Amino acid sequence: MGKVIVVTSGKGGVGKTTSTAALGGALAQRNEKVVVVDFDVGLRNLDLVMGAERRVVYDLINVIQGDAKLSQALIRDKRLDTLFLLPASQTRDKDNLTPEGVERVMADLKRHFDWIICDSPAGIERGATLAMRHADVAVVVTNPEVSSVRDSDRIIGLLDAKTAKAERGERMEKHLLLTRYDANRAERGDMLKVDDVLEILSIPLLGIVPESMDVLRASNIGAPVTLADSRSAPAMAYFDAARRLAGEDVPITIPGEKRGIFGKIFGRRAA
Amino acid sequence: MNIFSFFGRKQTAPAARERLQVLLAHERSSVGTDLVSLLREEILEVIAKHVQLDADKVQVKMDRNEHVSILEIDVEIPLKAAAEAA
Repeated sequence: MGKVIVVTSGKGGVGKTTSTAALGGALAQRNEKVVVVDFDVGLRNLDLVMGAERRVVYDLINVIQGDAKLSQALIRDKRLDTLFLLPASQTRDKDNLTPEGVERVMADLKRHFDWIICDSPAGIERGATLAMRHADVAVVVTNPEVSSVRDSDRIIGLLDAKTAKAERGERMEKHLLLTRYDANRAERGDMLKVDDVLEILSIPLLGIVPESMDVLRASNIGAPVTLADSRSAPAMAYFDAARRLAGEDVPITIPGEKRGIFGKIFGRRAA
Repeated sequence: MNIFSFFGRKQTAPAARERLQVLLAHERSSVGTDLVSLLREEILEVIAKHVQLDADKVQVKMDRNEHVSILEIDVEIPLKAAAEAA
């Protein structure tokens, strides 16, 4: 049976879709069968970030409504044999995303895949609660910024109250993925430090993704950053995060200033 | 970048941290507000079955600290109505 992961955040624009694609790519590179599912009905974007926007024929709503079989809606990644995408619908009414339908599709996916990674829509509305409903593990994506941290706190509350796991009286496994982290600014005292965010939200850390141009470059060409440039700093961070998700014990390294004298002189341009 | 701190440019992250801590402590404790209003409605309904009373004379308060939650219900029944019920 596959493991269901929800990538969630509360606030929009913090990197949920990027992280879903990157983690999906990283896990699939371990030769495990992975499907990334876009729950953002109405504003789908995961297909675009994965570079599959022109291959979408059927979507999640089609499968839920019985207009298409799951196998017809799944899109196999061109680069990785073990990576699949279940896209969201763009045009149809959001109300078609029914709790029963979602439950059925998730049960089906769990039979066929090792990992089911659900990209949640932003907010605390129905779409977000449906995306997290059947999750075994939650990855809470947070920027080191006040509004993002506050919204993550709300989402952590929801994860403990409104998921199937919570209703069964079980504890939801939650992890923090800190994205767009800039070590220099944190060092200068103008950005919340990793420890600050961890202390405030008090959930275990899954990884720290440094602020980097490579993330934008990857989405420009339509590839998860772990596949587009696997040697880049954000890709490495996502690889480590994926290994931790898979249960490996990987020590956390906080990206710090490792520049020498030249870096100090020319560094500001990069930062 | 260190030059700025020499001239006393203030660090902003500590302020962010402090604001968040205060805000979230407040928000976490008031998560129960929905529950309180729900309780208030239902308590009012039950009592109104037997005694005629003013809707705003029912006060429901939830206090939370580290160890216990205290639910405080204060219902004010007018003298006349109480006599009728008895």
